[in-house]
Amino acid sequence: MIYRECGQFKTSYGSDQAIFPIPQDRWGVMLALLIAFMVIPAIANEYWLGVILTPFLILALAALGLNILTGYCGQLSLGSAAFMAVGAFAAYNFELRLPGIPLLLDFVLAGLVAAGVGIIFGIPSLRIKGFYLAVATLAAQFFIEWSLTKFGWFSNYSSSGVITAQKMVILGYDFDTPLRKYLLVLSIVSVLALMAKNLVRSETGRAWMAVRDMDVAAEVIGIRIMKTKLMAFAVSSFYCGVAGALWAFAYLGTVDAQTFDLHRSFQILFMIIVGGMGSILGSFIGAAFIVLMPIFINLSAHALFGNAIRPDLLSNMELIVFGGLIIFFLIVEPLGLARLWQIAKEKLRLWPFPH
Amino acid sequence: MSFFFEVLIGGLLAGVMYSLVALGFVLIFKASGVLNFAQGSMVLFAALTFVSLTERGINFWLALLATLAIMVVLAILTERIVLRPLVNQPAITLFMATIGLSFLLEGLAQGLWGSQPHGLNLGIPDDVLVIGDMFISTFDLYAAGIAAVLVGALAVFFNKTRVGRALRAVADDHQAALAVGIPLKHIWAIVWAVAGFVALVAGLLWGARQGVQFALTLVALKALPVLILGGFTSVPGAIVGGLIIGASEKLAEVYIGPYVGGGIENWFPYMLALMFLLIRPEGLFGEVHIDRV
Amino acid sequence: MNPKRTIGDVILEVEDIALSFGGVRALSHVSFGVREHEICSIIGPNGAGKSSMLNVINGVYHPQHGHLVYRGKRIRRMHAHKSARYGIARTFQNIALFKGMSALDNILTGRNLMIKSTFIEQAFYWGRARSEEIAHRRRVEEIVDFLEIESVRKVPVGRLPYGLQKRVELGRALAAEPQVLLLDEPMAGMNVEEKEDMCRFILDVNDEFGTTMVLIEHDMGVVMDLSDHVVVLDYGRKIADGTPEEIRDNQQVIDAYLGVAA
Repeated sequence: MIYRECGQFKTSYGSDQAIFPIPQDRWGVMLALLIAFMVIPAIANEYWLGVILTPFLILALAALGLNILTGYCGQLSLGSAAFMAVGAFAAYNFELRLPGIPLLLDFVLAGLVAAGVGIIFGIPSLRIKGFYLAVATLAAQFFIEWSLTKFGWFSNYSSSGVITAQKMVILGYDFDTPLRKYLLVLSIVSVLALMAKNLVRSETGRAWMAVRDMDVAAEVIGIRIMKTKLMAFAVSSFYCGVAGALWAFAYLGTVDAQTFDLHRSFQILFMIIVGGMGSILGSFIGAAFIVLMPIFINLSAHALFGNAIRPDLLSNMELIVFGGLIIFFLIVEPLGLARLWQIAKEKLRLWPFPH
Repeated sequence: MSFFFEVLIGGLLAGVMYSLVALGFVLIFKASGVLNFAQGSMVLFAALTFVSLTERGINFWLALLATLAIMVVLAILTERIVLRPLVNQPAITLFMATIGLSFLLEGLAQGLWGSQPHGLNLGIPDDVLVIGDMFISTFDLYAAGIAAVLVGALAVFFNKTRVGRALRAVADDHQAALAVGIPLKHIWAIVWAVAGFVALVAGLLWGARQGVQFALTLVALKALPVLILGGFTSVPGAIVGGLIIGASEKLAEVYIGPYVGGGIENWFPYMLALMFLLIRPEGLFGEVHIDRV
Repeated sequence: MNPKRTIGDVILEVEDIALSFGGVRALSHVSFGVREHEICSIIGPNGAGKSSMLNVINGVYHPQHGHLVYRGKRIRRMHAHKSARYGIARTFQNIALFKGMSALDNILTGRNLMIKSTFIEQAFYWGRARSEEIAHRRRVEEIVDFLEIESVRKVPVGRLPYGLQKRVELGRALAAEPQVLLLDEPMAGMNVEEKEDMCRFILDVNDEFGTTMVLIEHDMGVVMDLSDHVVVLDYGRKIADGTPEEIRDNQQVIDAYLGVAA
């Protein structure tokens, strides 16, 4: 009833091309931002801010990155965590070797380094497709993990390859409490998400989707496959790189290469499967789902069995539930939760007169 | 020079075992056109089930049969619950479903039998054979022998029998295969069962070598570069690819490793396969594919 | 008659094109020319090499022998993305739309070569990115109007019926404002009314913009009505080339279609 377009007329192409053409969507996004920036800081405790919301936002950013590459450009990658690692180590090294570098510039540079590495590992995508490419991205995962561990320079010769992120200071303001970190991460993620939304609805995004849907036809209408694919790798890796830097600086504080192992890559992949391929909103829904699910399993297991349950059994249960859910989602709604949301919206637009 | 050959032979023997795991992938790819990411988990599941059964005092052969039966049931369940609802979906969807399946199997295997590592003794002598001044592990020799026999048998089975032909038809086009009367369900169940059997053998051999534990799933990751090298649909490709990867990986570790700090086994095969693909995208035995528009 | 419609000089020539896949000959030494503003039909039995010919012209396939001459420029090896830059657009026999995108977005991709803004501007939806997006939208809406697909503009094309998909694909090709338009069986699988609509679109485009057309079609009635010039292929060889009237009376063509009593 509320979500209805009746009587809304657009009088210019500009307004129909706006980022959220339907006013209700616009208000919805405003409301979400308002809650995230004003309400949550007021009511959430440190545990929620530091242990759940901050990592959720960062993983959503990484999922967004992967979604650009896989959901929009159709190039399946199993190495997104490796690009997070590149971002984290690059941010650490810029801070270390260029003391006094502005924090945001540091994150941007870290993202750019990740983008560069992403382009290098994206080169095989010009000749190989599908599973072959998926397997090839594993090379990035293993090679990057290995080099960050093996070459002491990256971690400033710390004994076990662990890096400790520097303090986050912008213009003398120290982001040291969970609340401040949360707000910083939220700001960065909001801006990057907005930019991603803009990109995918403009020429760049259309070229990505064209390559995804039918690359021969895309080439025939003049889209350069090489440029388009490498751009997707670069932008995707940039997002993952910034996410990795935030993971080290705003969430964990100390990380090593194994923080970003194959399992993390899969975790991010699951987020976009569950949330929805080719959907910005889906990246967030998927991340929320995957972050909250273990907590939910944990709580319900404790509620059901008390403390008698063995921790390793719990982690195995998690595996089973995750695996099962992935299969369930692929069978029931291959386009993810975001698609369900969209269907609901389409229904609402016509309700209560569907014909 | 004999050191070189020692490393080479060790690598080739390991390579045969890679081929074995890779073969599991090839079988399923041929039948359903999907890269079965759960192959590694099937290896773990089979090995863990077998070793847990024997540890509970069940006779070796009985345990082997029981595990095989369980793998067949698993194959049928996979076909029913995972594959059948996804017929005609894009291959990439099926691939992601198998990633889900791999998590499910890992959780299931460890949830049922526990997460602690098990030793496994198959009664294969583990001595060192001295030829000239080369040292070669007899266990590796036996394991490679068993793997070679299995690989050969499967190659014959899939190239010379009706099931093999049906397989190729199914892989090409699910619907067309159904239309000409190939029982898709049965074919898939059979193939997954055979893949389960291959996983069992691989699990036993690898398990006896490095213990039955979670790390067994990583064996599958070793087989992936073999696949890109040899092509996803080629049985000879899997064999030759396995040998190349096994040998070059060991040689690289010995001769290049020391210069870069070692531990390159994890990624070297991938890089090798990638380099190869950049030169020849269709793999060792693949055919050049023409896009029709 | 509209001055644009006056048929001009030859602008596109294929010369001595030979193409084979493995051992299979798809085209052997085919040459013909297409004059500016004309509608040229390529006809022939199935497997005659018609689609291959179009694929050679816009660089999807690379012939082993021969070359193209486009506006006096000799091109030995055409690349697909280059052909678009030369102003050659194309529709496909088995619709090659971007299935996950809306009709509007599909047609908009046709204008990709005219986009000047960088991806940074696009990320901020600022400056040129914004003004371009709106300007191109306006042009695309004209095409949408012309093809009468207003009601489905925001529907993902994967959900559209076949006939509408064919129109969207034509729209995508038109969006590029091509000088030469290659149409691969634009009317295949259509009923009479849909065919009439499509014929009207083709003639209108040719009339109004003077677009040179090369089309493949099996419906002889359509071919004879539309074409200024017909090329007949059989088993990869050119067996006839001329006006519709000449083709109608050509004995070789009749033999190729009806078979010759041995």
